[in-house]
Amino acid sequence: MSQPDVLNQAFELGYTYTRSTGPVIGRFLTELRNRNIVGIKASDGRVVVPPMEYDPNTAEELSEFVEVGQQGEVVSFAWVKEPREAHPMDVPFAWAMIKLDGADVPMIHCVAAASEDAIATGARVQVVWADETIGYMTDIRCFELV
Amino acid sequence: MKEIAIVGFKQSDSVSDAGAVNEVEMIMPVLSSVFQQVGINNAQDVGFVCSGSCDYLQGAAFAFVAGVDALGAVPPIKESHVEMDAAWALYESILKIRMGHAESALIYGFGKSSPGELPIVMSQQLDPYYLAPLWVDSISLAALQARLMLDQGLITERDMAEVVSRSRRNAMNNPHAQLAGDVAPDDVLAEEMYLSPLRKADICPVSDGASAMIIATVDKAKEWGVPYAIISGIDHRIETHNLGMRDLTDSVSTRTAAKRAGMDAGKVEVAELYAPFSHQEIILSRALGLGDETRINPSGGVLAGNLMMASGLSRIGEVFNRIVSGEVQRGIAHATSGPCLQHNLVTVLEKA
Repeated sequence: MSQPDVLNQAFELGYTYTRSTGPVIGRFLTELRNRNIVGIKASDGRVVVPPMEYDPNTAEELSEFVEVGQQGEVVSFAWVKEPREAHPMDVPFAWAMIKLDGADVPMIHCVAAASEDAIATGARVQVVWADETIGYMTDIRCFELV
Repeated sequence: MKEIAIVGFKQSDSVSDAGAVNEVEMIMPVLSSVFQQVGINNAQDVGFVCSGSCDYLQGAAFAFVAGVDALGAVPPIKESHVEMDAAWALYESILKIRMGHAESALIYGFGKSSPGELPIVMSQQLDPYYLAPLWVDSISLAALQARLMLDQGLITERDMAEVVSRSRRNAMNNPHAQLAGDVAPDDVLAEEMYLSPLRKADICPVSDGASAMIIATVDKAKEWGVPYAIISGIDHRIETHNLGMRDLTDSVSTRTAAKRAGMDAGKVEVAELYAPFSHQEIILSRALGLGDETRINPSGGVLAGNLMMASGLSRIGEVFNRIVSGEVQRGIAHATSGPCLQHNLVTVLEKA
C-alpha cells in the first residue's frame, strides 16, 4: 500500500487580530503622525505627556487634551557611551527626562548630542521627527539640543 | 489569625553564567535542601506550592511550567505561579494559608538571565506604547534616577561608592555571593563612568540561580520540630507606571508597605534591601527611616549577586537565617519589581 500524500498547509505565525489603542493613546499617536504632541490634564490640573487614560492618584478617567510645545527642558539625563543594538541610535547619545513647554510632567526619550559635555540638566531640546510618521512612538526620532 | 513561620530556606550560588545547567537543574538542589531542613520528602508533603519566574528571561511563553518538572507533581499537587519575584509567591502562599486552604507551602524562584541581554529584556516590561518601542533599558532608567538625586544634592558619588564598598566587603562573608572583595570607596570612584552617572560597580551583576523556602503555620512548624522565625507582617504597594509622575528620589510605596507590615512596632536590627543600584539602597533606607541601630545588607545585597525572580525571596531568607542562628531577634526584608523601584514589598520577621 502506498503512503498517502502528506497534508500541507501554509502557516504564517502572527496575531490574527488588530488591537485598538483607544481614545487617549490612540489620539496621542495619531497626533504624532500629524507631527503634533498632545498631553492630557490630570485630576490636579497637571499636563501629562504622553497622555494617560486614568489619573494614577485618583483613578479618574482623563479626557481633556492639551497641545504642548515641541521644545522642552532636560530634567535628567543618562549618557550612553556604548549604545546597545536595540537602542534607537547607533552613536553615543543620552536618554533624558524632558519636560515639554506647556507640560508639567517629563517624558522619556533619547537626545542626540555630540558628547556628554554638550548636554546638561536644564538644557533646551527640540523634537526631531522621523522622515515618515506612522502613528508610533518612534515618530519622534529623537530630540536635539537647541 | 494563624501565625505563619518560615521553617527552611536555601539559596544557590549566584553565578554569572550557569552554562548548560537548565532551570530545572538550578531549582532541584535548592528544593532538596529545604526538604532536608524540614525533614520532609518532596512537594507532596506541603499543602501548597508557588513559584516566581519570568518567561521573558527564557524567551518562551509558559516557560515557567517546565519548572514544575523539578517538583514531581504526580499525584497532582496544589500549585501556582507568579510572573514576579518569588517574594510575591511567598505573599500568595501566606494568603493561601490564612484562608485555611493549606498549613504549609513551598516557595521557589529562579532566573537564568545570562543567555539574554537582561537590561534590554527588562525594557519590554515597560509601557507597551510609550516606552517599550524605544528599548530604554533598566540601567539607563536607573541612571536617570541617580542623576535626579545627584543634581538635587540628595546624594554624592561618594555616598554611592560607599554603598558599593560596604556591599563587596559584607559579601566576603556570603558564600553564595558573585562579587565580593575588600573594595574601598576610592577604588569605586577611580572606575570610569559606564552609563553616566553610573559606574559598573553601582550596578548589580547579571546572575543565574535559584532559591527556595518553606513556610508553615506555627502549629505545623512545631509538629515538624524545626527552628523557625515568625512572619509578623507583610505588605506590598505599587506606584504608577508613568515614571514622570513619580518622585523618583523617594520610595513612597516602600514606606507605606513598611508601615502596613508593622515595621515600627519594634527594633529593626537587620534590613535586607533589594537595591539593584547603589543609589537605590540610599533611597530605600531613607524611605524606611533606618538609622545606626540597623545593619543594612549584611549579605552584601544584590550588588553582590542578583538572581532575577529569586533575590526578593532571598532577602527574606537572609533575615530568616540570621534570626534562627540567634544573631538577631527582629529584622525586615524588602523586595522590588519594576523600573526604578516601582513596586515594593516589605516583610517583618521576628524570633519565635
